[in-house]
Amino acid sequence: MNDNGNKGTDNTILTVSHLNTYYREKTGRFSSASVRRQVLKDVSFDIKQGEIVGLVGESGCGKSTLAKTILGIVKDYEGTVEHGSAGAQMVFQDPYGSLNPAKTVGWILEEPLRIQGKLTDPERDERVARMINLVGLDESYLKRKPNELSGGQRQRICIALALMLRPRLIIADEPVSALDVTVQDQILKLLLKLNRELGIAILFISHDLKVVYSVCSRVMVMKDGHIVEQGSDEEVYKSPKHPYTKQLLSSVLGD
Amino acid sequence: MKVRFKENRRLYIGLIITGLMLILAITGKFFTPYDPNAMDSANKLAGISAKHIMGCDNFGRDIFSRILAGLDTTMVVAVGTVLIGVTFGTVIGALTGYYGGRPDEIMMRFNDAVLAFPSLLLALVIISIMGSGKMNVTIALGILFIPGYARIVRGEFLKCRNLDYVQSARLMGASYLRIMFVHILPNTIPVLLSTVAIGFNNAVLAEAGMSFLGIGVQPPDSSLGRMLSESQSYLFLRPGYALCTGSVIALLIFGFAMLNEGLEKHA
Repeated sequence: MNDNGNKGTDNTILTVSHLNTYYREKTGRFSSASVRRQVLKDVSFDIKQGEIVGLVGESGCGKSTLAKTILGIVKDYEGTVEHGSAGAQMVFQDPYGSLNPAKTVGWILEEPLRIQGKLTDPERDERVARMINLVGLDESYLKRKPNELSGGQRQRICIALALMLRPRLIIADEPVSALDVTVQDQILKLLLKLNRELGIAILFISHDLKVVYSVCSRVMVMKDGHIVEQGSDEEVYKSPKHPYTKQLLSSVLGD
Repeated sequence: MKVRFKENRRLYIGLIITGLMLILAITGKFFTPYDPNAMDSANKLAGISAKHIMGCDNFGRDIFSRILAGLDTTMVVAVGTVLIGVTFGTVIGALTGYYGGRPDEIMMRFNDAVLAFPSLLLALVIISIMGSGKMNVTIALGILFIPGYARIVRGEFLKCRNLDYVQSARLMGASYLRIMFVHILPNTIPVLLSTVAIGFNNAVLAEAGMSFLGIGVQPPDSSLGRMLSESQSYLFLRPGYALCTGSVIALLIFGFAMLNEGLEKHA
């Protein structure tokens, strides 16, 4: 990952400029030839410390690709992505696939610390215990396996896992869309609480404008790999400028 | 993993039979009523009696003692075979399944080639190159078992490698080897376990088959397959000889098969 950003007093923790990302797509089932398809087109934005930024757009417009490019999973890109030394972590959409089913919650939470290899055993245990309390669960959950937990509990664990290495930015890719409405609300409150208490910035990716409006302070609208509009949520929701934003808003408010 | 008897009878029956066989085999290693290789011309083809509970064979050797010793041989060959197959199969399957691409293609085509031969024929080829004996039979069968396990493990790795928890481990900076063997491998264990049970089964049968044909374990060592082959000359004179040996093989196979079915329920 890129470690050269975040210099001086500037509190910008993520700067993306003129980002073009490509995917290789196979042309046919049996041919090995592939075409390079551009998914993101000249995307530029930045995120400041402690901000919650929403990214909305329809499925397939490149939201998840943007997340993957920022995290370094997708490597075929042009342009620059700079984030601070603390790096970014991800909360995945599907809380069922993102926790290793063969391991206990305690093991899963400890794993990033083991890989990092800086802390001693008791220090790791203490950090894990603190983190699980922070996301609103208690230590009894550490001995359980993911399949013994509900979707909401799993998503809390995923959030705790993302926080384990103390990143300053979390990318949440549709973190609540797999959950039912009451649990959605709890998870959103948890994210807001973490943002307030830890000053952590969140890039909140969603197709649900209502959810984005309820948590984010700034909104970006994406269409076909372009960011067509960005601004504070007031600006975007009250006086949308781009026709696509208007269309999105009217489809939500219409019902 | 807690399983109640009622929920999974097969697992329990399998465990009990296999456990019993294991105890008998271990007993056979240290203690047998008679020396399994001691010949006694006075007792040639003796029938069932209080002294020899399964009778004696054509050299006057106690059949029960030979079955105990043979069970030990058979078990050692089976365990060795499965161990070789699973170890190499898992490593090959993990690497090819995780990385995919050209190395995967090459390994899998090689696999197909090995699988295309009847396994006994291939074992014959290997034995004729290396010579027979307990050790060589184990190695030959082990090599034959590698492709099967490699294929199963590869399938599981293909299924897992793009799941979010693997991506998440990658983001944390876990090394490839750590992801493969610490993160993904435990998830393949349920599937692997049930195939290991059926693998024991196949190994026992293959060893018995090879010994029956005279290319497996060499005399004077006893093995269940070898005994079965010797007993067929006296099938009408002393049916007990073949029956006792055959039932022990059948019971052993049945135990492993039950174990396999019981484990499959949890896979």
